[in-house]
Amino acid sequence: MTTLTITIDGQKIPFVEGQTIIEAATAAGVYIPHLCHNPEFKPHGSCKLCTVKVNGRNCSACTFPATEGQEVLNDTEELNETRRTITQMLFVEGNHFCPSCEKSGNCQLQAVGYFLNMLDAHFPFFYPSREVDASHPDILLDRDRCILCELCVRASRDVDGKNVFALSGRGIHTRLIVNSPSGKLEDTAIATDDRAVHVCPVGAILIKRQGFQVPIGERTYDDHDISEVSLEHEMPTLGGSHGR
Amino acid sequence: MPLSETEENAIGEIVNRHAADPTQLVQILRDVQNCLRHVPPAALDELARLLAIERVQVQAVAEFYTFFSSEPRGFYDILISDSITDHMLGSREIAAYLCEKLGIQPGETRSDGRVSVDYTSCTGMCEQGPAGLVNGYTITRLTRDRVDRIVELVNADAPVDQWPREFFAVKDNIHRADLLLKTPFQPGSALKWALTRGVESTFSEIDKSGLRGRGGAGFATSWKWRFCFEGPEESAVCPIDKPTGKVDRYVVCNADEGEPGTFKDRVLLQSYADQVFEGMTVCAAVVDARQGFLYLRGEYLYLYEHLKSVLERRRQSGLLGKNILGRDGFDFDIDIRLGAGAYICGEESALIESLEGKRGIPRNRPPYPVTSGYLNQPTVVNNVETFAAAALITLKGGTWFASVGTEKSRGTKLLSISGDCARPGIYEYPFGTPIAEILRDCGATDTLGVQIGGPSGVFISEREFGRVLGFEDLPTGGSFMVFDHSRDILEIVRNFTHFFAHESCGFCTPCRVGTSLLKDQLDKICAGHGAAGDLVELGHISQLVKTTSHCGLGQTAANPILSTLERYPELYERRLKATTFEPGFDLDSALEVARQMTGRDDAHAHLEQEVEL
Repeated sequence: MTTLTITIDGQKIPFVEGQTIIEAATAAGVYIPHLCHNPEFKPHGSCKLCTVKVNGRNCSACTFPATEGQEVLNDTEELNETRRTITQMLFVEGNHFCPSCEKSGNCQLQAVGYFLNMLDAHFPFFYPSREVDASHPDILLDRDRCILCELCVRASRDVDGKNVFALSGRGIHTRLIVNSPSGKLEDTAIATDDRAVHVCPVGAILIKRQGFQVPIGERTYDDHDISEVSLEHEMPTLGGSHGR
Repeated sequence: MPLSETEENAIGEIVNRHAADPTQLVQILRDVQNCLRHVPPAALDELARLLAIERVQVQAVAEFYTFFSSEPRGFYDILISDSITDHMLGSREIAAYLCEKLGIQPGETRSDGRVSVDYTSCTGMCEQGPAGLVNGYTITRLTRDRVDRIVELVNADAPVDQWPREFFAVKDNIHRADLLLKTPFQPGSALKWALTRGVESTFSEIDKSGLRGRGGAGFATSWKWRFCFEGPEESAVCPIDKPTGKVDRYVVCNADEGEPGTFKDRVLLQSYADQVFEGMTVCAAVVDARQGFLYLRGEYLYLYEHLKSVLERRRQSGLLGKNILGRDGFDFDIDIRLGAGAYICGEESALIESLEGKRGIPRNRPPYPVTSGYLNQPTVVNNVETFAAAALITLKGGTWFASVGTEKSRGTKLLSISGDCARPGIYEYPFGTPIAEILRDCGATDTLGVQIGGPSGVFISEREFGRVLGFEDLPTGGSFMVFDHSRDILEIVRNFTHFFAHESCGFCTPCRVGTSLLKDQLDKICAGHGAAGDLVELGHISQLVKTTSHCGLGQTAANPILSTLERYPELYERRLKATTFEPGFDLDSALEVARQMTGRDDAHAHLEQEVEL
C-alpha cells in the first residue's frame, strides 16, 4: 500500500484518508497555530488562526481535508502576519487585561500572541460591555475574556451531555449564553469536573478559589512556546491525552 | 415575568400549527413575534418545553434574526428600508418626518406601545422606494403625504388590513423581456415533456443549455443536480446514472433575495411563480426528491399567500403531491419557509441551517450541500431565476437556451436596475451585453458609476462602460445600481460597509471583528479624522477580511472599499489630514470624566492635542 502524503512547507507529511490538514501536521510534529481547534472535538473552523495556503488558496487547516499531493504553506512570513492580525483582532474585540488575569501564563491567546511576536494590539480597543457571571459557588464566567471559540459549547454538549452553553446574537454582538431561565450558571447543572469547565483556552471559565496556586513565572507558557506544549498534548505518538 | 394564560395558549396553538417540529423554529418564532409583538424570556422557556429542545437553542435563534425582539415592538411596527437606493429616494428624510410626526426616535417604541419605527436592510423595492414594512408587509413609494395618512391611521387605531390598498401596491416594472420573461408558459407543460422524454434526456437538455446558477456564483446547474443524485464528484458520471444508495433528497429554492439592489426574484415570484415551481418539480424528477422548500425572505411576506395559493392550485391540477401527472411513484411537494431578517441566509449552507431551525451560520465545506445538505441529506439549492430557466429549458430544449449569450455564459440574465435612471425596473439581457447599452436603455445620463452585483459585487467607473455582463467579465446576481455625478461615492461605500458589519453572522474572527473595524476606519476617514497611515490600514484590513473569512459574506465585504480605493484613490486622499498620524480619539474630551470627578474645569485641567507633523 502506498502512503498518502501532503507537503507542508516543502516537507513530506504522511496522512490517512479522512484526516484534516492539522491532524496530519500534528501527527508529524508540525505545529499550526490554532485556538478554536482541539482534537478532542469536532473540527470547528471559526477562529481562522490555522489559516494555511493550500495550492495557493487560504483554507482552515482544522477543517480542510488532506488530499494526496496537496502543497500546503504554513510557517511563512505572510501567513504568520495574517495570524498575528487575527490575534490582535481577538484582543481588541474583548477586554483582555493580562496582568490582572488569573489565566496569564496558562492562556493560549496570550501564548499565541507571544509565539507570533505580537507586540501590541494595533487596532483601537472595542471595550465592549460584557456581563460577568459569578453566580455559581465554584465556577466563574468572565465574558470579557471570551473569544467565542465554542469549545465549552462543544464540550458541554458532546462530552458532558448538559448543553450548558451556546453562542447567541449576531456579528460583533455575538455572545456566550447560559442554559437556564435566569441565564445564570448557578441555575445550571454545571460542575467543576465537567469537561466544559476545563477546556477554555482563555480565562473566561475559571474554577474559583484556585487563584495563583501556581505563581506567575512558573506557568505553562512562561517557559515553553505554545508550539511545544500544543504538540506535546495533541500529538498521538507522544501519548497526548487528546490524540485520536 | 411569567406568561399570561392567553399568551401561553397562543404559544401552544402556534407550536401545534407547526406540528411541534423544531426544524420550524424560525417560523414558530415569527408567529410568536407577530402575536405578542416580541419574544419574551418566558416564551423561550415555554417553546423549549413544547418543542423538547434546549432553551439556549431557542434563545440563540431568537437573538440572531433581526425581526425578533426581546422588548415589545409597537402594535404598528414600521421598518424603513436602509438601502442606498432608498436613501437616494429620500428615505432618511421620510423616516425623520415619520418619527417627528409620531413623536419617537428611530429604534424606539412609543410609550403608549402603539407604534415603533426602525431601519432595516434593503427590502427589495429599490425602484419603487422609499419603501418599508408595516407589520412585515411591504409598503412602497413613501411620500410626506403618505406619511401624514399613515400617522392618522396609526393614531386612529385602524387595522393594517383596512389601510388603503395602494400603499401596499408592488409593481413589476418589467422594461425588457427576453427568453425567460416573454416565452409563453403553460403550467405543467415542462413537466409533461420531462416525463415523456424521460429523466436522462431532461438532464441532458439542462446540461446542453450550459445553465449556470443565477445567484451570482455561477456553478453549473446540471453538475449540481448530478452530484445530488449520484453523490460526490469522484463517484459521479455524465450522463446521469444510478443514484448512490437510498437517501432522501431535497430541492430548495433560494428566494432569500437579500443583496441590496436586487428585486428580480420578487418579480418572478409575483408573476412567474408557476414557472419557478415547475423548475423545482423538474429538478425533483431528475434528482429523485420528494420534498422541496421555497425559502422566502421575510421581507417578501406580502407574497406568501399568493405563493401558497399557486402551490394549492398546482396540487389540484396534479402538478404537485402524490403521483404527479399520473406517474406512479412520482411524489413531490413544496413548503414555503419564511426568513426573519438575515442577509447571511442567502448563503446556501446558512439557508439550510435556517431551514433546520437554527442560526444562519454557514457550514464548513466540504461536504457541500449537494451531498450533505438539509438534515445532512443530498440537497440542490438553486436561485429562483435558475429554476425559472430550468423549466423553460425542459420545454424548449438546451440548444434553444444556449444559442443566446456567450461561450461561458449561456442564456440571459435578469437585472434589477435602480438608482439614477429614468426607467428603473426589471431588464432581461443576453449575457455579453455591454454596460453602456444597458445604461442607454434605462435612461441613465451623466452616470458616474454602476455598482454591479450589489455591495458584494464591484463598482465600475464611467471609463469601464464597455465591459460586458457575464461570468467572463462582470458576473452578477442581478443587482445594478446606477449613480450619477451628484452622488458622493464615499457615502455609498459607507452605506455598504455598514451593511456588512450589520449582517456579519459573527462566526469567524476576520469577518466578525474585521467588518466592524472597516466600518470604524472608514467612518474615521470620512469624518476627516484620517491620516495617510489610516488609508494604508484600511487597505490592509480589507485584504485580510477578503482572504481569510469563512464564507462569501466576509470574502466580499471589503469589495466596496477595495474597488473604489483602486478607482478613486483621490476621493479618499482628499478626506485625509495632512499629518502622518492622527489619533482616532480626542484627548481633551477623554479627560471629561476626570474633570467631573475632581470638580475641575481650569486651564490646567485641559490638554491641547499635539500631533507631530
